[in-house]
Amino acid sequence: MSPANLNESSDSDVGSLNFEETKLTLGLPGVECRGTAAESGGKSGVKRGFSNTIDLNLRSSSSGGDKRCGGENDVLGSAKPPAAKTQMVGWPPVRASRKNVMRSCKYVKVAVDGAPYLRKVDLEMYNSYQQLLGALEDMFSCFTIRNYLNERRIMDQVNGVEYVATYEDKDGDWMLVGDVPWKMFVEICKRLRLMKSSEAIGLEFILQEHLPRTQVQVEEEDICEGVTVAVQRLLVSFNLVPLV
Amino acid sequence: MESTRSLSFPDKVRERVFAHLTSPEDRSSVSLVCKSWYDAERLSRTRVSIRNCYSVSPEILVRRFPNIRGVSLKGKPRFSDFNLVPSDWGADVHAWLVAFADRCPLLEELSLKRMAVSDESLEFLAFSFPNFKVLSLLSCDGFTTDGLEAIATFCKNLTELDIQENGVEDRSGSWLSCFPERFTSLEVLNFSNLTSEVDFDALERLVSRCKSLKVLKVNRSVSLEQLQKLLVLAPQLVELGTGSFSLEFSAHQFAELESAFNNCKNIQSLSGLLDATVRYLPAIYPACANLTFLNLSYAAMQSDELDNLLMHCPHLQRLWVLDTVGDKGLEAVGSNCPLLEELRVFPADPFDEEIIQGVTEEGFLAVSFGCPRLHYVLYFCQQMTNAAVATIVQNCPDFTHFRLCIMNPGQPDYLTNEPMDEAFGAVVKTCTKLQRLSVSGLLTDLAFEYIGKHAKNLEVLSVAFAGSSDWGMQCVLEGCPKLSKLEIRDCPFGDAALLSGLEKYESMRSLWMSACNVTVDGCRLLATKMPRLNVEVIKDDESDDSQADKVYVYRTVAGPRRDSPPSVLAL
Repeated sequence: MSPANLNESSDSDVGSLNFEETKLTLGLPGVECRGTAAESGGKSGVKRGFSNTIDLNLRSSSSGGDKRCGGENDVLGSAKPPAAKTQMVGWPPVRASRKNVMRSCKYVKVAVDGAPYLRKVDLEMYNSYQQLLGALEDMFSCFTIRNYLNERRIMDQVNGVEYVATYEDKDGDWMLVGDVPWKMFVEICKRLRLMKSSEAIGLEFILQEHLPRTQVQVEEEDICEGVTVAVQRLLVSFNLVPLV
Repeated sequence: MESTRSLSFPDKVRERVFAHLTSPEDRSSVSLVCKSWYDAERLSRTRVSIRNCYSVSPEILVRRFPNIRGVSLKGKPRFSDFNLVPSDWGADVHAWLVAFADRCPLLEELSLKRMAVSDESLEFLAFSFPNFKVLSLLSCDGFTTDGLEAIATFCKNLTELDIQENGVEDRSGSWLSCFPERFTSLEVLNFSNLTSEVDFDALERLVSRCKSLKVLKVNRSVSLEQLQKLLVLAPQLVELGTGSFSLEFSAHQFAELESAFNNCKNIQSLSGLLDATVRYLPAIYPACANLTFLNLSYAAMQSDELDNLLMHCPHLQRLWVLDTVGDKGLEAVGSNCPLLEELRVFPADPFDEEIIQGVTEEGFLAVSFGCPRLHYVLYFCQQMTNAAVATIVQNCPDFTHFRLCIMNPGQPDYLTNEPMDEAFGAVVKTCTKLQRLSVSGLLTDLAFEYIGKHAKNLEVLSVAFAGSSDWGMQCVLEGCPKLSKLEIRDCPFGDAALLSGLEKYESMRSLWMSACNVTVDGCRLLATKMPRLNVEVIKDDESDDSQADKVYVYRTVAGPRRDSPPSVLAL
């Protein structure tokens, strides 16, 4: 609940009733507030199309603006990052010529639900989906080591958390990783997100369509097989139940 | 007169003797003995280093040292590298060139750092000094590649052209084609900082005919395939900077590249490796056996790539990397480089707030355990602890340069939430040879008490977002006997702190204070009391007139400078 809301409710005449909670809204409950989208995602029973769901969570982040504090970004969940960095002249003390080091590579940001900060990967370093997802797996385990995730252990046998690898393409649409040949993927991928499947509400029918079927179909395109294996491996390593 | 003559030593002989003195400190001592020694020293001096171009005037310099062949000049305060100094601040080299052309036309070498250099000046240089051999421009600005054309065309005896980290307006790569076909004396060529494409044929011919070429650092426009051709022509290279290190290569091309590197038996320094991909990096392994300096600060490497590379570099003494290698990469450094003396870890994405990766105290610790000879470190990190730093300096007590940048300003020890005072206390207590220190993180006056009390050899101190009161700065000014440069930004130090250094500033090269609590009146008072100091206030437009936003204080024998721009108030 943002401070503004609290002020409003305290201005209302009835002290103990919290009118904000009972207010009817069109969006998912809590979606306007900071950092609650991740929590409320599981509660909502509303089925939404894939891109709509992503819309709520990601549009704010993908529309740019680097001066925001991590906590404002709904994608990043409730874990509070350390004090927000603000842009300061000449800080950190790095020469201008060093600023452009990363620019020429095919670097894309990787967001992982539940982690307060993003990472970057150079897609050109990998030759296949398998390699990419393997690298993400390594990176992701680093987050747990650093205790950024509030004690919740991703490798927990009992409370496995489900994740889906998604990416934003040139058109701004969010797609499942693996739907195009690797080389094309490197060209069109702008950002990656490992999304909690608990947020992918109502996606089962979409995922069933998009996720390559290996067991059922005899003809299998090479491009898809790598992804299936990789995603499955990734999911298993996080102790997840594959979605199909 | 007879008796003095029998005791006197012929001046010319004295000059010949003094000509063998190379160290500036020795020369300085010698010049203070008596008038004849002073004269012999000044007439035999061939190299001079001016660390602040406004501390002395060109006229004074050439009058004293008429026979100099090599000059090095430093201009702007170091924080100009980080955009804290207005671009029109000064440090124009032209007046120096005019003085040299008049009185020292046999000048051969010029090294400039943070000076303003125009194309006109470069042309003037090319025409005025027929014996000119060495031009080194580091962090300079104001010139374009047109100026380099003049150098290439007219400096017939040029042996060194070294262009680094400059604000050059890169109009085209045609300057490289201006070296005449009969020109063969080049030994050092570094244009890695420039971006324009050079004519590769011209470069190839140049490398081919300059048989004494020892240092070649090319820019991004030179491809891997082209690099291979250059290596074949110049296997004698001692320092190599590659261009872009990625390409669609066939197996045969890779083998050729590897073979070219294999023939370069003398390489001691390697840099560039832009966009280096895992596939092609192994090509350089054969050349790494004698490598002492590896600069990977423009190559975003991961930990295992670095590990594989370092396995081939057992003699490495200096390593520069990006923090993309992570703590794991630094563990590899600790395991593979027992002779390491210098480590610099630069942040790959310093200005992107959404990104947090990089290195922590773990990486630094790993290096300190594996590299006991480490004495120079520049480390940009996300987090640090007092305990880690204490262990690090215990492992490596010989630090001469300790530059730690915890990137989040004012960040405490992330485990204990305490200030980082004890960390820097450990550094100054343990590392008695410490010459240069950069502090960061949450620091109270206690850190500065430690520094003032223990850092007896400290010459350069950089401080940002630290300290609690004037007392902190006072401790440093009253404590560190060898302090030469003090740079401070965003600290709660005011007039009292500034004025506590009254006695000290004449024995220092310079003081910089920005975004502190100093007022113009305080600066004026300082200027009045100490006439041999120049006290300059740089005004920011938005602030009120009583605050001294940026203060630069330096000793000088040249009096107040006459070329201050409107934004600089000379008091």
